[in-house]
Amino acid sequence: MKKKQVLVACGAGIATSTVVNGAIEDMEKEHGLSLDIRQIKIAEVNSYIDTADLLVTTAMTKKEYPFPVINARSFLTGIGTEDTKKQILEELQK
Amino acid sequence: MGELYFDESVILLNVEGDSKEAILAKMGKNLADKQLVKASFTDAIIAREGEFATGLPTGEVSVAIPHTDVEHVNQKTISVGILKDPIDFCVMGGDDSEITPVKVVFMLAMDEAHSQLSLLQKLMQVFQNQETLQQLVNSADKTEIKQLLEAKLDLAALKGGESK
Repeated sequence: MKKKQVLVACGAGIATSTVVNGAIEDMEKEHGLSLDIRQIKIAEVNSYIDTADLLVTTAMTKKEYPFPVINARSFLTGIGTEDTKKQILEELQK
Repeated sequence: MGELYFDESVILLNVEGDSKEAILAKMGKNLADKQLVKASFTDAIIAREGEFATGLPTGEVSVAIPHTDVEHVNQKTISVGILKDPIDFCVMGGDDSEITPVKVVFMLAMDEAHSQLSLLQKLMQVFQNQETLQQLVNSADKTEIKQLLEAKLDLAALKGGESK
């Protein structure tokens, strides 16, 4: 099976995406997934438009993408983290 | 990778301002005066906050984590601003109408992209702990705040050569 490509994006590609990236890597291990995780700036999403399966981001995005977009703020606030993980997992196991 | 600079001089108490921009300008200027960041840092951080908000509704005490690109940074540091009165910041990942009254600002000056995972994770744990946030807000002593955060962020280990 082709690895799912997951984009993890924030405004700068420095702080918040690093944390979200770590959380998704943990999920990958925990659930035995094989993912192609790319930590990028939100401005770089367009370069992955044809290849990505999922965008997980802390940055606001008004654009429409051909793949689902999941808001990852809960990984930072600790409020609602389990729901976000469930959402991500559902997309990855499709 | 440079060492993290963290002492009383990057901790600001009773920060006052009538807007988030005023708060960011004060905190940025302090870092620029100390040459921890370049003169361009403050404008960059204000512009970035306008484009990608960093307010986090963490509970009773909301926080914000303004940051910007690495090229504006000379030495990696985390500046902590305890605000005199809460100031509205837009919420990260929300639309512009979604705001949260921020009481503690952690201004991140990172000198390398995609790094510092363990430090950032520990910082997130600080925001996720209202008790710690209350301690920060209620403290009037910079050394106490410094010691509290050093312990919570495990900075001693970081200075001891931890690579991530």
